Amino acid sequence: MNKEDWKKKQKTCKERDFRFTTVSDLPVKPLYLPDDIRDFDYDKKLSYPGEFPFTRGVYTNMYRGRLWTMRQFSGFGTAKDTNERYKYLLKHGQTGLSVAFDFPTLYGRDSDDPFSQGEVGKCGVAIDTLRDMEILFDGIPLDKISTSMTINPPAAILLAMYIVVGEKQGVLAEVLTGTIQNDMLKEYQAQKTWIYPPEPSLRIITDILEYCSEHVPKWNTISISGYHIREAGSTALQELAFTLANGLTYVEYGTKAGLSVDKFAPRLSFFFNSHLDFFEEIAKYRAARRIWAKVMHDKYRAQNPRSYLMRFHTQTAGCTLTAQQPENNIIRTAFQALAAVLGGTQSLHTNSMDETYALPTERAVKIALRTQQLIAHETGAANTIDPLGGSYYVEALTDELEKRTYEYFDKIDTLGGVVPAIEKGFFQREISRSAYEYQRALEHKVKYHVGINMFEEEGGADIEILKIPEEIEKNQIEELKEVKKQRNSVKVKRALKQLYSAAGNGENLMPRILDCVREYATLGEICSTLKEEFGIYHEPIIF
Amino acid sequence: MQKKIRVLIGKPGLDGHDRGVKIVAAALRDAGIEVIYTGLHQTCESIVEAAIQEDVDIIGLSILSGAHMTIFPKIINLLKQKEAEDIIVIGGGIIPEEDIKKLNEMGVKKLFTPGTSTKEIIKYVKSIVQKT
Amino acid sequence: MDFLKKLLKGDKLTIARTITAVENSNNSEILKEIFPYTGKAYHIGVTGPPGAGKSTLVNIVIQKLLEENKKIGIIAVDPTSPFSGGAFLGDRIRMTDLALRENVFIRSMATRGSLGGLSQKTKDVALVLDASGMDYILIETIGVGQVELDIAQVCDTTIVVLVPESGDSIQAMKAGLLEVADILVVNKGDREGCDSLILELKFAFELREQKLGWHFPVLKTIATESKGIEELISNIKSHKKYLKSSGKFEEDRKRKLALRIDELIEEKIKSHLKEFSSWRNGDQLEQLIAKVYQRKLTPYHIADEITKKIIVGKK
Repeated sequence: MNKEDWKKKQKTCKERDFRFTTVSDLPVKPLYLPDDIRDFDYDKKLSYPGEFPFTRGVYTNMYRGRLWTMRQFSGFGTAKDTNERYKYLLKHGQTGLSVAFDFPTLYGRDSDDPFSQGEVGKCGVAIDTLRDMEILFDGIPLDKISTSMTINPPAAILLAMYIVVGEKQGVLAEVLTGTIQNDMLKEYQAQKTWIYPPEPSLRIITDILEYCSEHVPKWNTISISGYHIREAGSTALQELAFTLANGLTYVEYGTKAGLSVDKFAPRLSFFFNSHLDFFEEIAKYRAARRIWAKVMHDKYRAQNPRSYLMRFHTQTAGCTLTAQQPENNIIRTAFQALAAVLGGTQSLHTNSMDETYALPTERAVKIALRTQQLIAHETGAANTIDPLGGSYYVEALTDELEKRTYEYFDKIDTLGGVVPAIEKGFFQREISRSAYEYQRALEHKVKYHVGINMFEEEGGADIEILKIPEEIEKNQIEELKEVKKQRNSVKVKRALKQLYSAAGNGENLMPRILDCVREYATLGEICSTLKEEFGIYHEPIIF
Repeated sequence: MQKKIRVLIGKPGLDGHDRGVKIVAAALRDAGIEVIYTGLHQTCESIVEAAIQEDVDIIGLSILSGAHMTIFPKIINLLKQKEAEDIIVIGGGIIPEEDIKKLNEMGVKKLFTPGTSTKEIIKYVKSIVQKT
Repeated sequence: MDFLKKLLKGDKLTIARTITAVENSNNSEILKEIFPYTGKAYHIGVTGPPGAGKSTLVNIVIQKLLEENKKIGIIAVDPTSPFSGGAFLGDRIRMTDLALRENVFIRSMATRGSLGGLSQKTKDVALVLDASGMDYILIETIGVGQVELDIAQVCDTTIVVLVPESGDSIQAMKAGLLEVADILVVNKGDREGCDSLILELKFAFELREQKLGWHFPVLKTIATESKGIEELISNIKSHKKYLKSSGKFEEDRKRKLALRIDELIEEKIKSHLKEFSSWRNGDQLEQLIAKVYQRKLTPYHIADEITKKIIVGKK
């Protein structure tokens, strides 16, 4: 049978009453054929794993050499509580740490700040001073483990604390491995955790780039994150395009500050979401690698092959979890995790089934971790590299996402770049529009979510929920008072004053922040000092 | 002349997750309701003051940070202090069943959990305002 | 009456509830009661295209006025969606800190279907704030056409806010804008095109200046950095002084009151008309129309007859 005859025949077949699109609304054909990837040049489009443009993977032997890092994001209560959870996870085979901070810490506020009331230790661990970080990593050798810290406006401070904890353990900064998120652009666009306006925020980021390239060379200085853009409601395409545009903006600021691309670009890493649409997600990761390598090569003239590598962490999509029939979340997460692995992720976090209610219990986290271990050791998915490479569908989707990403780049350029586009509310508007459209699609049953708009069940869920005791806030404030009593307040004041003048005169802030941290200046004190010089950000009103 | 329903939609505390709150605000507006949006990072005091000055029928708060047991009671108390306890308080977010019960007893009229459709929220808002 | 006492004392809950009552009713009883206590507040209008930074500017102006211990009421007007009848009122976002101040009261209003952009009710709401003892009432609204005329009808001083980017689109709006502005502000003055826009506006103002004898200032501000605000405030004050010393203040207000009375009469007649449109439902409709169709009667006769009935009936 020839192609045209088959297409005719297919048209006459009964078809389900359903709009066949990806979850992000890209059209999907009934069948993909060789002519859907007509001008396919293998060497140019895919090449080999570890070779430009890295579509099939950033390393030559990928998971046959080393499995991805299984890294569960966690933190709650006090540093002591979280330290115990870390030891539990390491005992059960986790291979890297990932610190979740509470809201006050994320916003650079102390536990006794009036704005922190009710939030201390709730969504993550509370960190006020170096003392808390010492407790957090007690008994965990920093030269043996890599640590990822999800922290943005105060990223420099938490990194400084980590470096000092290392010093106290006798570990040199140059051997420390890990990541700080430190991605402020996506904060203004999606996650909305900010302190200062964009320009000073970008200055702090370039200070970190510069300092780390000298002193903490193995540290990933920015984790350029699409995760939160997607959680805020974007499509897969928007996640891909906006994240890459942000990454390229950091490259621009770095080079404008006089750093050589090849010195800092190899330490940039990425962080993506893994959402419901299995193939679209896989195509997204593959397209991301290819676009990054091409633009870094063609536009930024990077020479160091490591500058082309898009290494990324993946987390399954929190926004797809349902409070209804929560056990289904285990299955959902498993598919999303498999997509991330087939897409060639370097590390992975799998969500727990109970996270629409509270932070996960130990049992729920263990199931989530086991999900990764199952994929790694039972499914065979890690036996060969990029097993979906060459699939007509996946390659066509990869091409389509790449093409549309360049269209977004053009649009952002006409707005004057990422920062002006943020000020004009471009990203914010695009994202909330997509979020609203998706919600409408669910309510009109154009798209489905099991337990939400199909196969619904009456009655609540019967699962165990983690409770964070309310005393934590009080205890943490007491601890903070104690630290303040014991420290040398003259030295603290002096360090803060020097930080303030550094903020004004443009010198690199990192050494000054390190001095403050060593004297047990609090996170809030350091951020307030910088606020005085930098001011605070007000969001444009976007609807 | 029929009285327009006015609803204040806000995000108290530090939590910046505003996807849900914006969807709800847009859906209420599209259902013919006047929505006063206070933006992110609001204190309880400023939310209550805004609700009073705007004379809204309902305050709707979104809390995903786990601070609900602190924030909702504070809002209820402030409304009482200002003699505006006739303003209905509702909310949504990551809130365990057990806490929902406690908050209902304290006077929070309704709490929506993840997965609630905007239609359901609109229907509730219209019916509760009519009742009072 | 209890409510009146509380209102005159500036009790916020009472102000809020009175505004709601006024906004949702065509009954003028409350307004009749409070009107004697109004006329003291100075009304300032702030209008301009979306994104010009009006809220930010208003925010800073208020802060300055607060330093002088003034009481300030703010009415922020946003459009009602013509499709759903709902509205999104987001201007408070810029002013949440202010709203907690003892001497500030902020109210958001939707236009609720009035074509002019500014709801007729805005005038009534301003009366409530006036009676509550405000020194200043600021009315902020998006201005792109007809609206400016409305706002000037309520306000003593009208400020039009533009941004350098509005340079191109300004041609279309120019006539309306220049007609109502007492003070022009080019905000975001650090952006390209600011100075040429200022020059253009100054030039355009010259004619009107000669006619009215008020030197129309064209100011540059950067609201986000609080730059140019002092100058704006001092210009508001000199405009006020100019109005008072020239006698224009009283003249304007009297003219506006006369206009208001016209409007109210019109409204009343319109609502009676609606009542009277019942003639259409009567049995006589078909007979009447048939006669007109046959040219036995004219539409003019019928109109005369019915109007007579309305007027007699409502005497």
